[in-house]
Amino acid sequence: MTARTINFTLNGQAVSTAIEPHHNLVELLQRFDLFGARESCGQGLCGCCTVLVDGTAVSGCLYFAVWVDGKSVSTVEHLDADGTLSHVQQAFIDCGAFQCGFCTPGFVLMTHQLLKQRPDPSDDEIRDYLAGNLCRCAAYPEIIQAVKRAARRS
Amino acid sequence: MNQVGRDIPRLEVRAKVTGRADYTHHLRLPGMLYGKVFRSTVPHGRIRGIDTQAARELPGVHRVVTGEDIKQLIPEPYYGPAFHDQPILALDKVRHVGEPVAVVLASDPHVADQAVQLIVADYEELPAVYDEIAAMQPDILVHNVLRPAGTFADLKHLKGRGGTNVALDYHLRRGDADKALANADHVIEHTFKTQQCLHLALEPFVSIAEPGDNRLTLYTANQSPSFVRIEIARLLGWPENRVRVKVPYLGGGFGGKLYIKLEALVAALAMLVRRPVKIALTMEEQFYMITKHATTFRIKSGVAKDGRIVARSCEVHWNGGAYADIGPRVAQKSGFTAAGPYDIDNVSVDSYEIYTNRTPAGALRGFGIPQLVWAYESHTDLIARQLGIDPVEFRRKNLLRNGRPHASGTVLQDAAIPEVFDSLVTRMGWDKPFDHGSGTLRRGRGIAIGLKAVIAPTTSVAIVNISADGSTTAYTGTVDMGQGSDTAYALIVGEVLGVDAEEIRVVHSDTDVTPYDMGTLGSRSLYHMGNAMRLAAEDARAKLRALAVEAGLPEGTNYPPSEVFKKRYGMQAGNVIGTASFVPSYKSPDGETGQSDNVTPFWMVGGAGAEVEVDTETGQVRVLRLVNAADCGTPINPGVARAQLSGASIMQLGFTLSEAMHLDGGQVTNASLADYKIPGIGDIPPIDNELVAAEQHSGPFGAKGLGESGTFGVSPAIANAIHDAVGVRIMELPITAEAVLRALRVQAGRPLDDE
Repeated sequence: MTARTINFTLNGQAVSTAIEPHHNLVELLQRFDLFGARESCGQGLCGCCTVLVDGTAVSGCLYFAVWVDGKSVSTVEHLDADGTLSHVQQAFIDCGAFQCGFCTPGFVLMTHQLLKQRPDPSDDEIRDYLAGNLCRCAAYPEIIQAVKRAARRS
Repeated sequence: MNQVGRDIPRLEVRAKVTGRADYTHHLRLPGMLYGKVFRSTVPHGRIRGIDTQAARELPGVHRVVTGEDIKQLIPEPYYGPAFHDQPILALDKVRHVGEPVAVVLASDPHVADQAVQLIVADYEELPAVYDEIAAMQPDILVHNVLRPAGTFADLKHLKGRGGTNVALDYHLRRGDADKALANADHVIEHTFKTQQCLHLALEPFVSIAEPGDNRLTLYTANQSPSFVRIEIARLLGWPENRVRVKVPYLGGGFGGKLYIKLEALVAALAMLVRRPVKIALTMEEQFYMITKHATTFRIKSGVAKDGRIVARSCEVHWNGGAYADIGPRVAQKSGFTAAGPYDIDNVSVDSYEIYTNRTPAGALRGFGIPQLVWAYESHTDLIARQLGIDPVEFRRKNLLRNGRPHASGTVLQDAAIPEVFDSLVTRMGWDKPFDHGSGTLRRGRGIAIGLKAVIAPTTSVAIVNISADGSTTAYTGTVDMGQGSDTAYALIVGEVLGVDAEEIRVVHSDTDVTPYDMGTLGSRSLYHMGNAMRLAAEDARAKLRALAVEAGLPEGTNYPPSEVFKKRYGMQAGNVIGTASFVPSYKSPDGETGQSDNVTPFWMVGGAGAEVEVDTETGQVRVLRLVNAADCGTPINPGVARAQLSGASIMQLGFTLSEAMHLDGGQVTNASLADYKIPGIGDIPPIDNELVAAEQHSGPFGAKGLGESGTFGVSPAIANAIHDAVGVRIMELPITAEAVLRALRVQAGRPLDDE
């Protein structure tokens, strides 16, 4: 298959690369040595591959890489670009909201988006919003606490 | 104590929240090939031929490898921790759907994937057996002869045995159960079943092998790197020191990533093509790698008029699937606790590990214990109901207490059974009135408690290294898969050396650097490696004092380590290296009676209480509240420990209510997260966790393992609560709405039409 050159903004930097049409966004990010978005279920059900495209969360495993042409892509690695953890990341640490950490970037990014839309979410709103992220270590009670703690801080 | 007992975040938290933590998943090596696996589509069959021509001719394919190619490199390419029964790639026969038959290697994983679709295998199909009870008959044989590994002396007698699917039969006899049952006032018998389900770590299996100059390095998501090194070295006929196994953080393990999974395959492939090879499974492929045993457990108790259990006989059948993996150890090491945490004079246990044509079964968070507790705590509840005794009172009357002999013959020590039980009862408010609901929404509550003995005997070795500036590094073979082992060891070493845990660097799992450890499994690490760490730190402290004396510093003076080094070596130079091995004492159980006066170094106790609401029109069960309690001795890092207890109980909630592998002709029909439902954030009831005040006197600073204890009681507590709510008893996991509705309809005399 023929590769196509795409131009997009990646974590604030303009970048360009040739990509084949069947490659997904997770594979594209790996080329840039970004591994925070992880393919797990491959069906857009677990949230491990969450990436923000033009500010909206997408499942990187289901999102064709060529679709980001001309768009702005932001990954978990961008949150502490200035060397400081985001308030959501800090809240996840404070509440012990993960164990193995494999799903954590997805939860962190979704929590950022949630708090942007609902700065003070109820438990039900948190559950509803994070229903597409799975954590096999089941740190869910701690994740709910972390979201609330982050909400109080922002 | 100034370190142990501190509530601190895991040392690696920053790497985990920023997405920069190191997982095998991320690693790419120069010249690396990707392997994709061609798998059997039949459950049982003789391989007539494998046509790989079209795959080989696809542009971009580097090589296609079959079992016969592997044999050129490794003449006896069979592996396994208990039996050497699993071929690296299928040879002659396939024994389960999904068994690896061939591998395509290519620089582009998409090309390899495409080429796999072009392979055609021709099988002479053989009749298959899936059920553990049916497989007790030797009509269909999964293996012609048993091939126990030399590792375990007590399996040697099975070598070469044929004509059976029983990989291992284990027996325990204490007192005379038959006689006591014959004379008992009440004899009550039930059969319970559990389903095949799986670990489903969100990081699927992934391994990389890199050949070097007379060496091989494996980068792998594995919980037992020392075992991997020994087993790969055995397969290649090499000494251990030519194989290096590195394990970064794991994206979940739960007992799935133990022993050999993809490691032998990538090792053989890398040796064949002299290039690094990576195989990363998809979520779907995980369903064909390793699972949790389906079981059938027939349990019979004799009870005296006063409510004392006088006898219990247990017959457990473990559905081991096509290859033994660690299943024989599950059947034996868990089998002996099948009678539960009760003081019973007459016990018999017969436990059978059985081959079938399913995906192999191994250890999953509890090493078989959750299946046993499901049965004996459902059974115990039913006995209490039949006798008209409150289930709490009935259990209290029969609970095993410290100082009394367990059915294995070992006297119970440091097992907080009454404390865990009381914690549940109190927090459930058992003595308070309970609203059972009305109309179509009925409520109930249930309670359950389980006991586990840690696997024995196993060894851990640790190193503690003090550098010339006084900074400390600890070396451990424990794999940190989220349980917080690195942090726990930093707290233990810090406690001994008087250093903050955050200042200590923990190096984990690189067999060129970290010494032997049996494996990160069965809640053994904190106790075994924790003890080794404590001893290694004490050794380092003693050596530092000796160095101070050597340097001419007055004895008994507390010089900072950096000054000791400077004085001794004239500059910032040198190391002090403390080491220790820890292997607890143990006595092998008698081959016929299973009796031993020292069968385990420690006992784990875990229990749960549940309140449920049942919709009598739909059978839907809602857990309103889950109460967990466990004995982990004195916790090293209490917050992390409580989260472990909570996480384990939620995982078991999935195995209780929703998770089951569905088979059709040996094919898993729900091999994806879309069709196999694991708990999500919306499925979690309010959860209340307590670690009871306790001490494990032989543990590091009073601590012992906890990773599995939260799983023990959940399933039977929920079944018991459903019974309390609507009066029906579910005998098989998972407890789906359909199962409850069917039972309700039978109870009402209106069974569903297809019954």
